[in-house]
Amino acid sequence: MSARPPGVTTPIEPSEIRPPSSEVGAMGWLRHNLFNSKSSGIATIVVGLVVALAAWKLLEWAIFDARTGVITTNMRLFLVGLYPQDEIYRVWVTMLTLSVMTGLTAGRMRSGAVRMMAIMLAAGQVAIAFLAIVSGMGFVGAAAMVANAVLLLMAMTAAKRWPLSRRWMLLGWAVTAIAATLLLQGLGESSLLPGVSTNVWGGLLLTMLLSTAGIALSFPFGVALAVGRRSHLPVIRLLSTVFIEVIRAVPLITILFMAALMFPLFLPEGIRVENVFRAIGGITIFSAAYVAENVRGGLQAIPRGQVEAAQAIGLRSWQTNLYIVLPQALRITIPANVGLFISLLKDTTLVAIIGLLELLGIGRAVLAQPEWIGASFEVYLFVAAIFFVLSYTLSQASYRLEKELGIGER
Amino acid sequence: MTEPQSDRRSTASVPFYRDVRVLAVFSQVIVLAVVLLVLGYLFNNLYSAMAEKGFLPSLSWLGLTAGFEIAETVVPYDSTHTYSDALLVGLLNTLMVSVVGIFLATLLGLVIGIARLSKNWLVNKLALGYVELFRNTPLLVQLFVIYFVVFLQLPGVRESITLPGSVYLSQRGIFMPRPQLASDGWIWLTIVVVGIVVAALVWSAAWRREAAGRPANGLRPISLLILFGVPIVSWFLMAAAPVTFEEPVLGKFNLTGGLKFTPEFAALTLGLALYTAAFIAEIIRGGIEAVSKGQLEAARAIGLKESETLRLVVLPQALRIIIPPLTSQYLNLIKNSSLALAIGYADLFNVSRTISEQTGQPVAVIIIVMSVYLVISLLTSLVMNIYNRAVQIHER
Repeated sequence: MSARPPGVTTPIEPSEIRPPSSEVGAMGWLRHNLFNSKSSGIATIVVGLVVALAAWKLLEWAIFDARTGVITTNMRLFLVGLYPQDEIYRVWVTMLTLSVMTGLTAGRMRSGAVRMMAIMLAAGQVAIAFLAIVSGMGFVGAAAMVANAVLLLMAMTAAKRWPLSRRWMLLGWAVTAIAATLLLQGLGESSLLPGVSTNVWGGLLLTMLLSTAGIALSFPFGVALAVGRRSHLPVIRLLSTVFIEVIRAVPLITILFMAALMFPLFLPEGIRVENVFRAIGGITIFSAAYVAENVRGGLQAIPRGQVEAAQAIGLRSWQTNLYIVLPQALRITIPANVGLFISLLKDTTLVAIIGLLELLGIGRAVLAQPEWIGASFEVYLFVAAIFFVLSYTLSQASYRLEKELGIGER
Repeated sequence: MTEPQSDRRSTASVPFYRDVRVLAVFSQVIVLAVVLLVLGYLFNNLYSAMAEKGFLPSLSWLGLTAGFEIAETVVPYDSTHTYSDALLVGLLNTLMVSVVGIFLATLLGLVIGIARLSKNWLVNKLALGYVELFRNTPLLVQLFVIYFVVFLQLPGVRESITLPGSVYLSQRGIFMPRPQLASDGWIWLTIVVVGIVVAALVWSAAWRREAAGRPANGLRPISLLILFGVPIVSWFLMAAAPVTFEEPVLGKFNLTGGLKFTPEFAALTLGLALYTAAFIAEIIRGGIEAVSKGQLEAARAIGLKESETLRLVVLPQALRIIIPPLTSQYLNLIKNSSLALAIGYADLFNVSRTISEQTGQPVAVIIIVMSVYLVISLLTSLVMNIYNRAVQIHER
């Protein structure tokens, strides 16, 4: 603005009036968000000092004191446990089929949240490749992981244009699940695919296996229990209710101990179930009760008119459930079940107590090595970081899913 | 979902194997029979497997001498007590961890939940960081960090960290002065209790006056004066101090006397409290945010002060939303206390592991333990349901 002679006022355009500099820009942000009152200012300074001090101490520790060697030396253990090195390609192939199937599934779905999860799987594999290279585990595995990630993205793009039918996808997933189990376990004595005892499965591999198998197996079981709890047949209702309530009232660890130590006693002589599968059984029974309660919530949310309409057009009771009620109920329980999956993922650490070497169990085993005694903070921090990344990204995807499905908005 | 109503005429024409009512009974009998048969088969296997090892399922071991020590007990216990006493000690330890843990978790959750609502960016984001950090990592990992990295790496007992008020932190645990009632301390205690009752009466009188639309006329300050004044004045009127503090004394190898918390107890309680607080904070934040903005505006419009708005308008409505999920968090905390096993605190489940190894009765022991957890869960839900009913809207 040009200088005006004193006493002369010209009308100022409203657009020329600028807010005081203390209200906008960085200063304004500070004023509004950190120093908007006296007490708030004091809180900012005190909290800021404490946070800065803590961050400084942590940084100092990370740079000067942390023994990162405990992670890099044992990276293979953390990723796949004691899975034999010569057979490690099977894990890659399993991941490959899983990646391609995930890509195909995410591509044909319109959901941004599902795509986000698929991209997370790709990013996760790239991250693993990075960890493998940093730890000097060689480039072959890392290259395989990166290739998987690329294939996943390619499958996703392809499926966007040429989506496969639902039937083919279901078939594909079933084949993937069977192939993964066969591939990882091997075929006993055969020379082509020698058996790999489940005892050597470990690390991140086992964590993922336990949690995905747990949720996948408990899902049908939980749905059946939920329907059973709403049945008009008293015996079935009672049995379902008692099962759900008892399982929900006891800690997971008691069920895991029953599965690990007592289940063998219940079996006839000569039949043995391997440790890993007993743990999966325990986790399945436990989470089925929680799935059932989620699904029951979904069932209750379906308006009665839906059932009446189904009866009016002459559907039988099972048809009403299968074609009308369950599809709607399951759809609205997806976010709740993703939440359950997240807590299941974290709960798999409990199998470390019954002696399985999942991520935390491997961490404990690593710390038992004489040369790494005292490096417990490094190990637990690494384990916690992996769980944090998995669980945080999944929960973000779940929020997004919730928004997409419009739950709570209808 | 519902079966078609069949009247008498139609049943006459329908053969029994297509009659809905017959089918309903029939299918239930089959399901029940299958369940019973499977259970019977499993337990039969169990019975023969145990018989082979020379154990038969029984409960007679409950009365036998346990023969193992428990490091930390609420009631007197040593290795000459019975197995049932050991179970009781374990149960009391579980309850103690749960009660202290729930108290701390609620307090911390409240603070963090309110911090999440703060307009101060730094405080808000710090609280968010806390919540995300603790919610997204496994509790067991957190417990290991607190126990192995924090508590077990504290200095030895001779170099204990001393906090003001004679609190000592060391590898052996937390030591603090133990309050003890002097010989005629009960007189003072009675006076204090009476003072609290009177103060509460005055406070509720203030409440009633306000509810009736009359001013409270400084009844609240009077109530506070009674609450704090009576104990202090009567303390000095007593001939000798009514409550003495037994301070921990540093001996040659250990601190003796005073109140002692083992590192296992401290780590477990702290771990459970920190973890659950993250969930409680989100529940409290959600509950307060769910109170509609119009309510706040209406409260301001009728001239309520900030504190009154919070107390009379926001909290009563937020509580209705908060209580049910809070209950399930409390239950989770109680169940999670069984992770004591991983860090060696003698809770119910840990004690039961020892017992089932010694007696060779794993099934009986686990059934007892599960029933106890079931009862604790049911009782907790019952109490919280009663409280929930009290805060819900009473619709006519």
